[in-house]
Amino acid sequence: MPALVAGIHVFLFGKTWTAGTSPAMMGKWIRKMRWPWGSIVLWGGLLIFPLAVAGSDSADFLQDVGATLVLAAISACAWNIVGGYAGQVSVGHAIFFGAGAYLPVLVYTVWQAPPIVGLPLGIIVAVAISLVIGIPTFRLQGHYFSMATIAVAELIRLVVSNWDLLGAAIGLQGPATPRGWWDLVFRSAVPYYYIYLAVLALTVWITWAMARSRFGYYLRAIRAGERAAKSLGVPVRRTKLSAFALSAALTSVAGSLYAFKVGFVNPESGLGILVSVQMIIIAALGGAGTLYGPIIGALILIPLQSATNTWFGGSGSGLTFVVYGGIIMLIARFEPGGVMEMWTQLRRLGRKRVKSSAPAAEGPRAA
Amino acid sequence: MILLQAAVSGLLLGAVYALFSSGLTLIWGMMNFINFAHGEFVMLGMYVALVITWGQFGPEAYTPAAAIVLFALGAIVYAGLIRHVMRGPMLSQILSTFGLALLLRYAAFYVFKSDFRTLPDTSLSSTLDLGGIYVSKAQLLAGVVAGLLAIGMHVLLTRTALGSRMLAVAEDRSAAMLMGIRPDRMQALAWGLSAASAGIAGALMAIAYPFSPSVGETFVLTAFVVVSLGGFGSVPGAVIAGLTVGLVQALAGYLIGPIYKDVVVYAMFVGVLWIRPQGLLGTV
Repeated sequence: MPALVAGIHVFLFGKTWTAGTSPAMMGKWIRKMRWPWGSIVLWGGLLIFPLAVAGSDSADFLQDVGATLVLAAISACAWNIVGGYAGQVSVGHAIFFGAGAYLPVLVYTVWQAPPIVGLPLGIIVAVAISLVIGIPTFRLQGHYFSMATIAVAELIRLVVSNWDLLGAAIGLQGPATPRGWWDLVFRSAVPYYYIYLAVLALTVWITWAMARSRFGYYLRAIRAGERAAKSLGVPVRRTKLSAFALSAALTSVAGSLYAFKVGFVNPESGLGILVSVQMIIIAALGGAGTLYGPIIGALILIPLQSATNTWFGGSGSGLTFVVYGGIIMLIARFEPGGVMEMWTQLRRLGRKRVKSSAPAAEGPRAA
Repeated sequence: MILLQAAVSGLLLGAVYALFSSGLTLIWGMMNFINFAHGEFVMLGMYVALVITWGQFGPEAYTPAAAIVLFALGAIVYAGLIRHVMRGPMLSQILSTFGLALLLRYAAFYVFKSDFRTLPDTSLSSTLDLGGIYVSKAQLLAGVVAGLLAIGMHVLLTRTALGSRMLAVAEDRSAAMLMGIRPDRMQALAWGLSAASAGIAGALMAIAYPFSPSVGETFVLTAFVVVSLGGFGSVPGAVIAGLTVGLVQALAGYLIGPIYKDVVVYAMFVGVLWIRPQGLLGTV
């Protein structure tokens, strides 16, 4: 019991129990207590969502969309580590998603092994590829990295499309009927939803811990100005490389989770450029380089995507991507900080009305 | 002999690569900006040619029409989008043209459908016999015109007053402004020229090769390979590298197999990044 109380205490105040606790101090703490209401509503909502819609007529559909949403949030969070925090815009993250998606179905096809065996293998492959791209391109600044990621993604997609072992253009199929729970084949989307949610929580926790660490400050220093960071002794190349590898590993986990649920992967669904596009647009829409930005982005984009797919049908899917392109351009032109930045500005505006003398909390964003 | 045949058609296609890549390298050299929508500009040039054929115009109208339409598009893109994101964070620089590429590509899918198209037969569809090597007139025309225009671009930049003004802006924007040059106008012009070079390259290729809305992605990656091989910002480098890439692609297609044409080129890009990231003729 004391341990639980101490745990709650750390959660609320961000520090451990200290000596000198008295009822008077407790009262002071309670007055000082700042509940992270945003996080509680977000996680609570995500936690009860499948149960809340279970009674509705379209429960299966909504739960499926929910699982898609959480999965999209995982991969966008993973992209955010290198694209947002480090400011190195990868447009080829489909490589890592594809590595994660292909290996589970590959180990099933080749050795009849349970797909989950492919998850760690996918991580290894993804990290290896990230190093192959990162080591040469991080010697240089700026656009080289983006160009290299898109070129390698296209190279790998072409190779996989012509590789018979990997199903070539047709793709690979996972287990159709479960041989046991370890095959992770469920009829309902709910088990997947909760597995995804657990991984999302882990991803967000990793990002949170990273952002508070020395490593996280290095990343933001690099984003703000690579030369300045270097002159202050930040090991620029190594930091960028570690961020890229971490991001690749988490993206590959998202790919494996996708393969468990869908049980099928082909070059388009695993390695297509639109896989990368979705991660970028979700993270940038919500707010690249913020903890909850990718989740906010997924909450906006995935329901929108399901709605447009329902309205336009299959023939209009091209229109969906026209809209995507438009959104990406508008974000770039008007609000590179995404929804989170807009929210911060709104709050600052509100605060200014109350206390007009309050100085701006933050300086202008560095280029 | 077949090898020689493949080499010649590779070099002719390489000249077209040189043309649109010199447009990409111009933008990079002037403002340190990579245009991810450059391949879509090439694709639009092809569809401009297609639309022109509906109006009963001959092949001599394709190239000027594509040049005019794409020049206007390039200038509009600069004024409406690039000017605002140019000095912003890296994220918006990359996302702006990346979003534009998606928009143009899928708009083309929506309007023209995903089928491969070819332009109707014209006086250019016959082949020539150059001492045992057969070249279609369309391919020959596309290659020669593209090569001349790419060299013309270099001459424009290095030998004319306008080119000097553009290079002055590239070197130091504010100093150029003090000399009475309007940087925005010069950069809009550069974007127009760059897009026009892509559009002309597209219109030239449309005569000789079938095309669909998805070709843009291949071309933007080809341009990246050419530009990184030739050195960022170097037009002569882009010309040499364009010819090299066309040649390597044709020989790989002939010697290894047609599906490996693009694989070899992209692998070359990764190789260049590893060995000499500043390009063969480039300096960083």
